[in-house]
Amino acid sequence: MGFSDADFAAIWLTLRLATVTTALLLLIGTPIAWWLARTRSWLKAPVGAVVALPLVLPPTVLGFYLLVMMGPNGPVGQLTQSLGLGVLPFTFWGLVVASVFYSMPFVVQPLQNAFEAIGDRPLEVAATLRAGPWDTFFSVIVPLARPGFLTASILGFAHTVGEFGVVLMIGGNIPGATRVVSVQIYDHVEAMEYAEAHSLAAAMLVFSFLVLLALYQFNPTRPRK
Amino acid sequence: MSGIEARFRLGFDEFALDVELTLPGRGVTALFGHSGSGKTTLLRCIAGLERAPGGYLAVDGEVWQDGERFVPTHQRPLGYVFQEASLFAHLSVRRNLEYGMRRVAEQERRVALDHAVELLAIGPLLERMPERLSGGEKQRVAIARALAVSPRILLMDEPLAALDLARKQEILPYLERLHDELEIPLLYVSHAPDEVARLADHIVALDHGRAVAEGPLAATLARLDLPIRLGEDVGVVIDATVGERDEAWHLIRADFAGGGVWVRDTGLALGHAVRVRILARDVSLSLSHQDDTSILNLLPGTVAELADDSHPALALVRVEVGGTPIVARLTRRSAAALGLTPGQPVWLQIKAVALIG
Repeated sequence: MGFSDADFAAIWLTLRLATVTTALLLLIGTPIAWWLARTRSWLKAPVGAVVALPLVLPPTVLGFYLLVMMGPNGPVGQLTQSLGLGVLPFTFWGLVVASVFYSMPFVVQPLQNAFEAIGDRPLEVAATLRAGPWDTFFSVIVPLARPGFLTASILGFAHTVGEFGVVLMIGGNIPGATRVVSVQIYDHVEAMEYAEAHSLAAAMLVFSFLVLLALYQFNPTRPRK
Repeated sequence: MSGIEARFRLGFDEFALDVELTLPGRGVTALFGHSGSGKTTLLRCIAGLERAPGGYLAVDGEVWQDGERFVPTHQRPLGYVFQEASLFAHLSVRRNLEYGMRRVAEQERRVALDHAVELLAIGPLLERMPERLSGGEKQRVAIARALAVSPRILLMDEPLAALDLARKQEILPYLERLHDELEIPLLYVSHAPDEVARLADHIVALDHGRAVAEGPLAATLARLDLPIRLGEDVGVVIDATVGERDEAWHLIRADFAGGGVWVRDTGLALGHAVRVRILARDVSLSLSHQDDTSILNLLPGTVAELADDSHPALALVRVEVGGTPIVARLTRRSAAALGLTPGQPVWLQIKAVALIG
């Protein structure tokens, strides 16, 4: 069982995509999760539902709308063109944008749960100890929510590695640019290269298992006192 | 000017807070009342943890809240102790203590960390994590942590309520030390009469969101128009010092302005400051000195005021003993039989005196 250069290119691309996506998701998802955990606004339910949409939508539906939005005639496409960025579909960054939406709930929900579990009290204590809101967030909330950040990162990364439908819709199958591992496996199967497909598929299986093992090992669900 | 001026009006669904208070800038002020009386809400308003729009708050002449400004909690020079210790679980005891202190400018640090550690006797706990402390130890660390920010005012929200009796007894002496050794005014929320009797210099009694009585502890407890019951019964608390020891009979005399009462010897040194509590039901009156009685404490005084008690058969009488008020409960029939009127000299017969603190 061995990997071809094309296989390695797909693996490398997948890891790059998942890393960039996870980093962006932590940046974007943390404030969203914080807001969802703290707000009493009526917008909480609608925003929460929108964030969770990718959990139930077929990836093709999500991919289709992203394609339309980011295409040459879509609003996002118009914007990116006017900024001199061209259009995003069928590029690496197009995949990144799609992955951010697709994996959003896997990052936001663990963070939101972690923030909600912390409650008001540590925030109040920090305020009476002279810590302002940002200071409190980084010196109290982040350390207390560490398991939540760990879960969010692992799930966000792993879920991005495993995406297929959205990639096909928005990125196609361009070697080195948008051909990720899951698409590469699909190609192997299409070409009746079962042995090659097997190598990659087995690698994915082992990877996924190890990720989840790490998750349950480092972050056992313990009853909280 | 020194002291706290507070005016808050706040309405919730089934509860409204409506207070206007001027509190002393020194000593221990107890905010006393049943649960739901608004005492914790008042404390949270003073800390800025609760917003009461339109409220006014000034501490030592510095305005923390008025119509235009609302100084956020983290910019108010206060210390706060919550009912549960609420230590940061991810920090050791030492780092918990340093958390607030490090955020205070160096020239404003007046309480040394070592002093706070020594006052609460938590030196041996410094390297432990909070999960490895007992409930009493946690609360002592929380108090030291609040002190370490060199607060201009210390707010405590029922710091003993979550502890069992033994842990309470463990912490009370430390609170007394704070009272005796620090200049920081303390606002102490409590529904526990024994804590108030032991610690407070000043009392604000709250009921349904309003301050129903307020003033120095001894004088306020002796008011007959609005008798505040610390616990089951009306009574007074008197600051005294140990003046004499009777070795033969194992008694000490607690002296106060106007007299002294004998209590059981608990081993306190002469000159030690103590508080005694005398309940109205344990005091009876007579017009002459009784020699043939088992009652040890007989004091001469002057009737100052008479009032009806809650039951129509009973009356409350305030007697001044050389400037110290003591309240007695009699039947109205006895009061009429003795012909008690203000200004009349009487003898107090005090059946029981409790030594507290």
